[in-house]
Amino acid sequence: MAETVLSSGEKIFILHGIDADFRNDGRRRCEYRSMEIETKLMPQTHGSARLHIGNTDILVGIKVELDIPHADKPNEGKLEFFVDCSATATPAFEGKGGDDLATEISNVLIAAYQTRNAFDLKTLCILPHKKCWKIYVDVLILQCGGNLFDAVGIAVKAALNSTEIPKITAATLDGGEPDIELSDDCIQLDTSNYPIIITLCKIGDNYIVDPTLEEEVCSTSSIVMSVLPNGKISSVVKLGCGSIQFNTFTKMLQMGEIIGLKLNKTLMDVLKEENQFGRQRRIFGFLK
Amino acid sequence: MEEYPPIIVRLAINRIDLNLIKNENVQPRIYTPGEEISSQPDFLRGHGTYVDDENTLRASVAGVLEKVNKLISIRPLKARYQGEIGDVIVGRITEVQQKRWKVDTNSKLDSVLLLSSVNLPGGELRRRSAEDEQTMRRYLQEGDLICAEVQSTFVDGSLSLHTRVLKYGKLSQGIMLKVSPALIKRKKTHFHNLESGASLILGNNGYIWIGANKQDSDRSEGGFTQDLSRIPQINREVCARLRNCILILAQCNIQLTDTSVTYAYEESMKYKINELLEPEIMIDVSLLTHQRLIQQ
Repeated sequence: MAETVLSSGEKIFILHGIDADFRNDGRRRCEYRSMEIETKLMPQTHGSARLHIGNTDILVGIKVELDIPHADKPNEGKLEFFVDCSATATPAFEGKGGDDLATEISNVLIAAYQTRNAFDLKTLCILPHKKCWKIYVDVLILQCGGNLFDAVGIAVKAALNSTEIPKITAATLDGGEPDIELSDDCIQLDTSNYPIIITLCKIGDNYIVDPTLEEEVCSTSSIVMSVLPNGKISSVVKLGCGSIQFNTFTKMLQMGEIIGLKLNKTLMDVLKEENQFGRQRRIFGFLK
Repeated sequence: MEEYPPIIVRLAINRIDLNLIKNENVQPRIYTPGEEISSQPDFLRGHGTYVDDENTLRASVAGVLEKVNKLISIRPLKARYQGEIGDVIVGRITEVQQKRWKVDTNSKLDSVLLLSSVNLPGGELRRRSAEDEQTMRRYLQEGDLICAEVQSTFVDGSLSLHTRVLKYGKLSQGIMLKVSPALIKRKKTHFHNLESGASLILGNNGYIWIGANKQDSDRSEGGFTQDLSRIPQINREVCARLRNCILILAQCNIQLTDTSVTYAYEESMKYKINELLEPEIMIDVSLLTHQRLIQQ
């Protein structure tokens, strides 16, 4: 992680502020910054999304390909995550500097999506043993201003929600060889169960959501959890070296669950609203 | 059960343009690095340009053209801080070295603060011993924020700082903000004690310090002591409001002075502090501030 150093005065100021439920930007502990999202902004991809939250800027592109299923999982398709920390975000990401963080984020994503309740890989199967869809999710971190995990989680869900997979009209086995016909129509993925990621950062004796870069420096440990739309938690990862007491941990999980449900509902409403603009919607992209 | 505030997700299509002052008709011509400016020989080469082998003048930075008679220069859109002697700056210690500290001041190279150009505890005329050299980290360590003045500039453009006046020195509790250095004009004073009770340092280098308490004036120990006691909630709210106001002004490209900051602070009073992060409110506050600045 790009290391920002703070002086002890600044740290104390942040710490006492969080203690008083009043953060440096006037937010409460459980308050999210407002975010901005745009989907389907890259015509070259099957689905894409860009998310701003504070200074954090995430771009997600999704590509779909025909592939052969794994031999041990013949009925399942494939879903792969790849995270790239761009050196434009911070000079610390230059060369191999961002690799650790990138692996960490993709591992969290894999853990969040691996359960069948969240993402059923069987829906990606076309012909068992022969053909399946493989979805590549490419995450590009353009700027980091704190709370990367949540931002990536939201952006990935939005991108998957906008993904359009070509419809298959006929899939037959022709003398052992698969024969597949695609139509021009597209189908959308069923995103109703996809998780989002919520990070709770423990600072002092309290925990906060959506930390800024400065607040992340003050935190000793944080929990990254993925919450499904039905309120179930599909994965929990603890980051940082600090310890968390069991009581606090359960309270954090509860808070994360409620906020996750809320965030998920808001996100889906907004994406539905964007969908209603249809294909004539103006794309902002990067030129503004 | 605790009540959680709503989460706001916006769409890019509803984005609000925060750029207030714009000429609708005039599109500025932006040069990119390496782009040809002129191939005529009758020019004087200014900042941000270079002449290649074929005697054509090319831009070396991305920016807009500025022409004074024959002198052609390119003013960059976004630049690091170019120091000048006498500037007040806010900086962060990045390294402790032999007899000097390295300071991040938003310029191209790290600036230096020599051990001989700080006031050590024990008065002006104190000799610096070898022991002082060994305990430098006790005075200032990595990550500490200081306020200093530019003493001289080196040939390569890096700066030498000093804190030999009692108003300079280590900063304790508060918030540091980074804005573009172009937003801060050189003024008679960069230290402001605002009526609201906070102290404000507008560093020429684009780093801004919002100090939580005024009682920072005790500099008898060379200003290296830090007050780490709990700040009252009222002061904290003032600091947070100031922070959000300054960021609003910076996003809308309004010059930062004590007047503009005070105006923005006063105009923002009708909103809650956390509402100041929302674009609609940002535009309202900046418009009101802009109007008051024009009326002046």
